[in-house]
Amino acid sequence: MTDKAQNPAAQNPAKEKLIQRYSAAERINHWVVAVCFVLLAISGLAFFYPAFFWLTGVFGTPELARIVHPFVGVVMFVAFGRQFFRYWHHNLLNREDIRWMVAVKEVMKGNEVGDIGRYNGGQKAMFWVMVLCMAALLGSGVIAWRPYFASSFPIPVIRIALLVHATSAVVLISSIIVHVYAALWVQGTIRAMVEGVVTHGWARKHHPRWYRETTGKKV
Amino acid sequence: MTSSSLDIQRRSASPTAAAEARNPAEIAQLIDVSVCIGCKACQVACSEWNELRADVGTCVGVYDNPTDLSSQAWTVMRFAEVEENGKLEWLIRKDGCMHCAEPGCLKACPSPGAIVQHKNGIVDYNQDHCIGCGYCVSGCPFNVPRLSPKDGKAYKCNMCSDRVAVGLEPACVKTCPTGAIQFGSKEDMKEVAAIRIADLQSRGFQNAGLYDPPGVGGTHTMYVLHHADKPEQYSGLPNDPSISTAVGLWKGALKPLATVGIAAAGLFGFFHYITVGPNRADDDAHQDANDDAKADTREEDRS
Repeated sequence: MTDKAQNPAAQNPAKEKLIQRYSAAERINHWVVAVCFVLLAISGLAFFYPAFFWLTGVFGTPELARIVHPFVGVVMFVAFGRQFFRYWHHNLLNREDIRWMVAVKEVMKGNEVGDIGRYNGGQKAMFWVMVLCMAALLGSGVIAWRPYFASSFPIPVIRIALLVHATSAVVLISSIIVHVYAALWVQGTIRAMVEGVVTHGWARKHHPRWYRETTGKKV
Repeated sequence: MTSSSLDIQRRSASPTAAAEARNPAEIAQLIDVSVCIGCKACQVACSEWNELRADVGTCVGVYDNPTDLSSQAWTVMRFAEVEENGKLEWLIRKDGCMHCAEPGCLKACPSPGAIVQHKNGIVDYNQDHCIGCGYCVSGCPFNVPRLSPKDGKAYKCNMCSDRVAVGLEPACVKTCPTGAIQFGSKEDMKEVAAIRIADLQSRGFQNAGLYDPPGVGGTHTMYVLHHADKPEQYSGLPNDPSISTAVGLWKGALKPLATVGIAAAGLFGFFHYITVGPNRADDDAHQDANDDAKADTREEDRS
């Protein structure tokens, strides 16, 4: 995969100037989290909404869905933990991010705001929302996990855990919808997480500072 | 297990109404604590009729044995020694499912039909549909349901719904030697209780009363207590039980909020895309990138 990225001009010098954005390890890591998330959302929504209980059928039987859900959750948390340590330092807010956030209306129209580095204010906010939700989901999930851990906690604590678990899951699901939509809306983004590369045009428009840093150009 | 000859009033995780046409009488089990001698015949009858065999326990210094409810012990006697007016009182309470009119377990249960409430008031678990999540344990204000360590499914007293369906009283009622447990229509049981309470009050128990807590819509297991003002004395019978706020929010307000939140995220994306359209870098910036590419080539040429 790196051949193309390191020497993209060799293939199509004029049109396909590419920058490596995510390594293979990062992409595998991302998609492990994504697949776990989809499985957890399907089973979680089935337990939350009676009308969606049939979604447990994806796992074979409702009881299997209930048994599998927390184990998938642990896999997601471990994989996300790896992502946390990969990206946290890229997601510290700076002044440009605040500018971006204040002018988010303009951004929504497709006009870029601020000298954005590797991630913009929205992506950084999304990162921290995900971190908070993942932490809340893990903690509350362990407390409510039967038959292994729940019996070690007092019932009032389990009740709060169940409420926290469902609430943070709803926040995370809504956020992931925004995350997925943003990737679809900003064309050329999916490629970053599938092939690992973005075009120079993409980088210059959406992440000018990151573009300068990675290419050494002074545009 | 649910018995098909009993009409169902409410069904877990089922948003639409159950069958409405037939209206059988509400039943109730009345436990007169002041008449109970703590013989545990009810425990034995329960175990026998329902074919349950709890492991032989050990003496823990008091009469409680088994010491707690379990998937193999759907009713247990709880013995409390308390001092009232300078006198020792031995308060014995038969613990088990209260068969709430508004059952917290049923509200919490995510599996359609795993918990049903029969029209006569009995709250019944259908282990065939139970997924072992234990939400019922968290939903119950009385700490009654128990998960079986063998199959992971929830169990509790079903007021011998199989017996009641064919016109018999529950096994514990049938066996009680002192008449401390009575069974009939809820209305009749309230009348029986009123007579007993009047008698207790005339004999110095001013605070005698009926335990039929309104916080859970009333219960179909009711107690006559000599100290109805202090139910906690009876091995922690809750004073004003109700479905906890956390469970209420989780199974109540959070659902419409979640629907709005998730739908808003999806609809926003859809309408944003069809109004603003995709955000393409190539329209304007690609040209610049091409210029860069040309510049690079020129630099390479020079070098």
